[in-house]
Amino acid sequence: MDFKGFDRPGRQGGGDIRSVKVMIAGGFGTGKTTMVRSVSDIRPLTTEETLTQASAGVDDLIGVADKSQTTVSLDFGKIGLNDSLMLYLFGTPGQERFWFLWNGLFKGALGAVVLVDTRRLASSFRAIEEMERQQVPFVIALNVFPDSKDFPAEEIRDALDIPAHIPVVSFDARDRASSRDVLVALIRHLKERSAVAVEPR
Amino acid sequence: MSAPRRPSDPSGLERYYVLTRGRSGPGGAAAGLDVATLVVSRPGPVPGLQHEHEEIVRRCREPLSVAELGAHLGLPFNILAVLLSDLLDAGRIEARDPIPAHVAGRGPDLALLEEVLSGLQRL
Ligand SMILES: Nc1nc2c(ncn2[C@@H]2O[C@H](COP(=O)(O)OP(=O)(O)OP(=O)(O)O)[C@@H](O)[C@H]2O)c(=O)[nH]1
Ligand SMILES: [Mg+2]
Repeated sequence: MDFKGFDRPGRQGGGDIRSVKVMIAGGFGTGKTTMVRSVSDIRPLTTEETLTQASAGVDDLIGVADKSQTTVSLDFGKIGLNDSLMLYLFGTPGQERFWFLWNGLFKGALGAVVLVDTRRLASSFRAIEEMERQQVPFVIALNVFPDSKDFPAEEIRDALDIPAHIPVVSFDARDRASSRDVLVALIRHLKERSAVAVEPR
Repeated sequence: MSAPRRPSDPSGLERYYVLTRGRSGPGGAAAGLDVATLVVSRPGPVPGLQHEHEEIVRRCREPLSVAELGAHLGLPFNILAVLLSDLLDAGRIEARDPIPAHVAGRGPDLALLEEVLSGLQRL
């Protein structure tokens, strides 16, 4: 890590750097961590959140220090888009019972990618419902595993009940370019929505 | 870049208690902190700060997201938010929230989306 900002006293440290964030959601084991790792510029980091910690006040914790604790992790990655704009990616925890930890996490996100394992469609139902409930714009990314059957995307769209204007794309979460293409599909989708929104009535 | 460290035993909780002086959640300035909020220190000397506060000021001479900072320091979000709130109140750091695609009342930010798109396409 360098501290070059320190050598530029005329300027507020990194004064013009901005950030945007995109969430990577989806069911248990659908490839969220893999995708965040494959597209990130930095060695991706994981923060572990102690469950009792996040739900209770610190004061309450001293008394329960010996209680067994669950930790869940939040993966994140970072992509430098240009000199002054950073994209942060956050993978949501797969286990639904931990979602409450990240209430508000979708606030301020550009949108989300919902990963789907076509062998286990149902595992992503809840994630899709959650995006709809929180009104987060999203695209569906079908993560192709070696033994995934080759379903046409349209069949999956039907099964997941995804409206026609939401893109459904196939990809390989282990591949950087493939994961990048999913992000491109999301941003294009956001632009289209915006274009519709600003059209004069 | 140091590996994330985690307190490996329950005494971690006591450490948090000491760090936050028993305060249980971010208040005031830090209430709106997001994991993708960028934190950057204001230029100036850092003497007289509690160790963890000093560490934050030192690491944020270049803008760093709250999530990265938490991973580097081995602190959960809630605890880190309390410390950041102290530093915000003391004017030692600035915090900049992620830019949403839509700003209420201002409509969609097409220029921003275009900028993100061309950045991704250059990868
Ligand atoms: N063949 C193949 N394997 C994959 C792909 N993506 C992920 N995997 C593997 O699938 C397993 C689960 O991937 P993860 O990235 O951990 O999934 P996750 O969504 O983060 O899982 P949870 O956080 O537990 O919900 C890992 O063993 C990966 O190596 C893919 O595109 N192709
Ligand atoms: Mg994971």
